[in-house]
Amino acid sequence: MERLTSPMREAKRRMLLQCPMPKLDFEVITLGHGSGGLLTNRLLEAGVFDLLRNEHLDTRHDGAILRLDGPLAFSTDSYVISPIIFPGGDIGELAINGTVNDLAMCGAIPRYLSLSFILEEGLPLRTFWELLVSVKCAAERAGVQIVTGDTKVVERGKGDQIFINTSGIGQVHPRAQISMQRVGAGDQILVSGPLAAHGIAIMRVREGLSFEADIESDTVNLNHTVEALLDEFGEAIHLFRDPTRGGVATVLSELARDARLGVELIQDRIPVAEAVASACELLGLDPLYVANEGIFLAVVDAAAADAVLARLRSLPHGSQAASIGSVTAEHPGQVVLRSRIGGRRAVNMLVGEQLPRIC
Amino acid sequence: MKYLSEYRDPELVSQYLQEIRRTVTRPWSIMEVCGGQTHSLVKNGMLQLLPEEIRMIHGPGCPVCVTPLHLIDKAVHLALEHRVMLCSFGDMLRVPGSRMSLLEAKAQGADVRILYSPLEAVELAARHPEREVVFFAVGFETTAPANALSVLYAHRQGLRNYSILASHVLVPPAIAAVMEDDSAEIQGFLAAGHVCTIMGLGEYGPLADKYQVPIVVTGFEPVDLLQGILMTVRQLERGEHRLENPYSRMVQPEGNPEAQRVMAQVFEIADREWRGIGVIPDSGYEVRAEFAAYDAGRKFDIPIEKAQESPDCIAGQVLKGIKKPHDCPQFGKKCTPQSPLGAPMVSSEGACAAYYHYSQALGQPA
Repeated sequence: MERLTSPMREAKRRMLLQCPMPKLDFEVITLGHGSGGLLTNRLLEAGVFDLLRNEHLDTRHDGAILRLDGPLAFSTDSYVISPIIFPGGDIGELAINGTVNDLAMCGAIPRYLSLSFILEEGLPLRTFWELLVSVKCAAERAGVQIVTGDTKVVERGKGDQIFINTSGIGQVHPRAQISMQRVGAGDQILVSGPLAAHGIAIMRVREGLSFEADIESDTVNLNHTVEALLDEFGEAIHLFRDPTRGGVATVLSELARDARLGVELIQDRIPVAEAVASACELLGLDPLYVANEGIFLAVVDAAAADAVLARLRSLPHGSQAASIGSVTAEHPGQVVLRSRIGGRRAVNMLVGEQLPRIC
Repeated sequence: MKYLSEYRDPELVSQYLQEIRRTVTRPWSIMEVCGGQTHSLVKNGMLQLLPEEIRMIHGPGCPVCVTPLHLIDKAVHLALEHRVMLCSFGDMLRVPGSRMSLLEAKAQGADVRILYSPLEAVELAARHPEREVVFFAVGFETTAPANALSVLYAHRQGLRNYSILASHVLVPPAIAAVMEDDSAEIQGFLAAGHVCTIMGLGEYGPLADKYQVPIVVTGFEPVDLLQGILMTVRQLERGEHRLENPYSRMVQPEGNPEAQRVMAQVFEIADREWRGIGVIPDSGYEVRAEFAAYDAGRKFDIPIEKAQESPDCIAGQVLKGIKKPHDCPQFGKKCTPQSPLGAPMVSSEGACAAYYHYSQALGQPA
């Protein structure tokens, strides 16, 4: 299976060697590190600023002054994942990729990010440093700069080690015309890679489940892939969405509801890695509802669909892309799945969390 | 996955469907006993593929659905008032009690945990000797062996802080209860394959004889289900009523003797209340007196009265197959998975939730 996490891991390992943890006379984060005083300064000066440096951050100002032309996309997200380091990634990488991808889904080229930490007292400095290095690696990969940020510390027990918020700004691609209004009957639905890896990877560590095969989170930045598609196909792409929480089923249910059109999915064509599919079987979960962090859905004009799919398959993070269904004027507001054996069933939005079944 | 994909083969499915169409000459009502089978039928869109003569009736084999309301109230009480570490399988958490669900109790600060095996709860008890750990032991004969084993493990380790809140129910008495109900019109049964894997076939031959109904031990994949339906229809068309076991890749005639031994050591047969159906004699398990120290019901003072079900809920008739979920005036209106009136709308194996999720919005009854 194509997985860019290992080069990512290699890059991070190299970066950890290049950027050794600064020698400080404390080993854990304490309340003082969020006080804005001397300790905060030492933490930032010795670590964050040096590691993430760029001309904006170097000004040490209250905020960044940016110059950008044309229509802009702006997005924000908070990251509270537990565990903070998981197979295939960590919260630092996720916080960058997540916001970068949200901007990419708007048809934008991500440029600048803010980065805010809420740290829990007692977080080992070494862990914080590792996450910072992940942030740096992920930002470099995505080609974005961290231009402003904040660090707060909360008492032990009032947080879960570390929470991160990132907001981002990107310039809308000159050829992008991404909007729900452009979705029409006959459009084809493409998915850029196999489903459900992230959710199952997290569940595996959180619940202490062991499967025969290792399953890693698919967290990755999708902006370069999206940009390449927009360069070539522009307005033929009507919509991008990344199916994070709630999975593909939730995103498509929202699409059907908001576009007042139907969606027809073909189960046989939906890519799911074998190990992930087995884990889902075992746990009684439907991969359509499991979270992803490294794939996107593209709703494209039928005339261009084959070409878009072929191009997507030639790009990094797209080799296992598939055409999984289409938009239809029938059953407006409803996603219908054509099952492997030829039956049909409705696919609805998830109610609350997906809970594992008894037997 | 290979062992699964063979049983989802579209070619085989279409052959079975053709054979069923060739065999059937008049209407038949067949009950699939187990909620897992209902789930699979609906999830794979199989009900519309069957010839219209065949009416599938969804049986009471959903453990979440038949767990009595007051037992959920008891679990909530243990978690909130006795501050125990309440461990449960995932899909019990959302079932509404008369006050609240376990998920809501968790939001109020109760220590409620989702586990995949009761043995994990025993480990938790060993790691936290200062806490009381209670496992919410619901289910049919399939989950009973592991729950019994957890009691034996705790006993062997001398743990005094572990107990189970047991609500175990048994399939054969439920089949008998359904057949004794004059309003139910069931002509054949697909028995629950997993239950038979544990218990074997011994109890089912006499039921087929007594009630003169075909009983076919059936698995959960599309091909398994169609095979079960085909064999039931063949018997019905010929006027036969035998026990058959096409699910022999999993089910041995004697079942799993070791599992049966463990269950018999910890549990004894007792009358049980089934949610929506009422008390069925000898239809469940109770912890034996010698293991009373591991029975949360006896260990803790739980002043919970029998609770009132919503008068609008027809779960009992749905569970006995007398009514279909969409026959209920509240289905999809007052009763949805977001605010269920009764348990079959909560569990993913419940007939109402299965209909709601997979077929309601298709604009056609499944």
